[in-house]
Amino acid sequence: MTPTSRPSEDTAALLDVRDLRIVYDSPRGPVEACSGVNLTVRPGEFVGIVGESGCGKSTLLFGIAQLHTAPARIAGGEVLFLGKDLVTLPPKELGDLRWRNLAVVMQSAMNALNPVRTIGDQFEDAILAHEKWTDERIRERSAEVLRLVAIDPVHLGSYPHQLSGGMRQRAMIAMALLFTPDLIVMDEPTSALDVVAQRSLMVQIKELQQKLGFAVVFVTHDMSLVSHFSDRLLVMYAGQVVEFGPTRTVFDTPSHPYSRSLLDAFPSIRGPKVPLLGIPGDPPNLADPPAGCRFNPRCPVVQDACRSEAPELYPLEASPGVQSRCLAHRPTDPIDISSPATEVTAS
Amino acid sequence: MSPLLETKDLSRHFKVGGKLFSHRLLHAVDDVNLTINEREIVALVGESGSGKSTMARLLAQVYKPTAGQITFQGKDLAQLRGRKQHLQYRSDVPMVFQDPFASLNPVYKVSHGIKRGLKLHRPELSAQERHQELLRVVAAVGLNPPEEIIERYPYELSGGQRQRIGFAQALAYRPKLILADEPVSMLDVSIRIGLLNVMAKLRDEEGVSILYITHDIASARYVSDRVMVMYGGHVVESGPTESLLADPQHPYTQLLLSAVPDPRAPLEVTTEAAKAEPPAVIDPKPGCRFRARCPLAVDVCAHVTPVLRPVVPEHAAACHVTAPAEVAAA
Repeated sequence: MTPTSRPSEDTAALLDVRDLRIVYDSPRGPVEACSGVNLTVRPGEFVGIVGESGCGKSTLLFGIAQLHTAPARIAGGEVLFLGKDLVTLPPKELGDLRWRNLAVVMQSAMNALNPVRTIGDQFEDAILAHEKWTDERIRERSAEVLRLVAIDPVHLGSYPHQLSGGMRQRAMIAMALLFTPDLIVMDEPTSALDVVAQRSLMVQIKELQQKLGFAVVFVTHDMSLVSHFSDRLLVMYAGQVVEFGPTRTVFDTPSHPYSRSLLDAFPSIRGPKVPLLGIPGDPPNLADPPAGCRFNPRCPVVQDACRSEAPELYPLEASPGVQSRCLAHRPTDPIDISSPATEVTAS
Repeated sequence: MSPLLETKDLSRHFKVGGKLFSHRLLHAVDDVNLTINEREIVALVGESGSGKSTMARLLAQVYKPTAGQITFQGKDLAQLRGRKQHLQYRSDVPMVFQDPFASLNPVYKVSHGIKRGLKLHRPELSAQERHQELLRVVAAVGLNPPEEIIERYPYELSGGQRQRIGFAQALAYRPKLILADEPVSMLDVSIRIGLLNVMAKLRDEEGVSILYITHDIASARYVSDRVMVMYGGHVVESGPTESLLADPQHPYTQLLLSAVPDPRAPLEVTTEAAKAEPPAVIDPKPGCRFRARCPLAVDVCAHVTPVLRPVVPEHAAACHVTAPAEVAAA
């Protein structure tokens, strides 16, 4: 199946986000943190969402799980999951879907776990919210999921502070696996860990995914982290999707200038040492996004047209399945970005 | 040339166990010999709990050493007497903190912190000179235009800009050595490079040395001249950055390098060592602290603590297997 410019036509999708708009109401007017995002996730697929702080990636994730709270609100669009629109679904039915079919793993396991209750107690709470299981069955299932993430079930009696950071994060993942959901959304689950623990957790998530067949939506600011693990990659900038495509293609031949700059911002551990520039400037204020392309003030190849014409997400003819929000990829009258920029306005 | 700063068998132990008369000791830092030369960026690399932040605090005199010695410009720190000498050391060796959101006072403009430092550490400056110096350090860390930036409050700055203010504050003291404890780990990947470039610029243009503490070995490679790898309170490997990373000797350094996510490299298979946890070094017995995770461990590792031995000039590793004593003797 080839993804098209309108992913919403993807009928086999497990999750189908259509034109989702999420705004934060502020005294100075609404701030749109998620501007018309389309995203499909197929069963068993691993989709990475990357972008800088404030690009709307966590907002999108909260919108998918319907966990947003005021002042954030959904201003438009649909989140179709297993054929149901989560945006309009009554709270009772939403509650049934959550955890059983759609689980969430949050960024900071230290804050997500209750410090004064044991791991086992917290697993029990989650189970009893959905099922009337016997104590014995609850214990069995809790022990089973802990073993899945390579934690000794003896830790069901442990408190969160008795576990290391990596173990806490794995316990959170075990908790999400209690009902073997169809989709797990993860918000930077490895950001508090150091590289070795981070790599080991990523490998474990991938192994579990292959074993149990759930789909993953993985949000991170570290593009290199998902490079080996995700099937498709969604790059967000200033509330918009700027590039979406198969992970390998996006890494090997990034289409959007932002994706390219993001990739060039990583110092490499191998190969020749080259001076890097990072991305000059800062992400824009979403209350007052730049006219034209939102990346234009920081873009290394900006042209005059970029400052006035807002690009859409265009499918790339050269690489199937890739979409890019850059005027250079406009099907009619594409601009030429190969010439040096006329003037870079970023400081 | 004598080093700018040198530590000799520096150790710091903490009492743990909660009980009043507990005698269990956590060995956060054990027998560390560190040298930092002038105009040099030394990266101290290790995972959480390896003792790298304790090292920074020992050098900043937040903690007193349990044992060992710190010498700065040939002078033993334990010999410092009186407010004046301590103040001088603090202005020579300031610290930049990890969290740019917590380390600036939110109710003052960013000029406030820099000016206070200038008043305290360089009282000879007139108000006008102070202002000039303020503008100079803000511009030196790449914040433009400085006249406008100094009028802002921390909430008006992004994380990367705030962290640059952290470096500007340190720079205002005319430091010899900046202790930077994970200065970029809270920042977005896309703006980390900008700050690393600022560090390199401070070394090249202001002649400052920097101790760069990080768990990100790729950024250490990018900016540092020498690398020291810490594990469980010990330095397990040290050497010039390029030679150490091109040919890592200690199994832990090799593990660290293989864990770095690199989109340009193929995925390497994880080992059991990668799944294990770093040790809590409480009342340690002799032996290599990495042996439980080490794929190369042999009998002697359980009984004898390996010491740093040179493998090639200036590149040393503490490992019985890859840097055995016979080679060092030869």
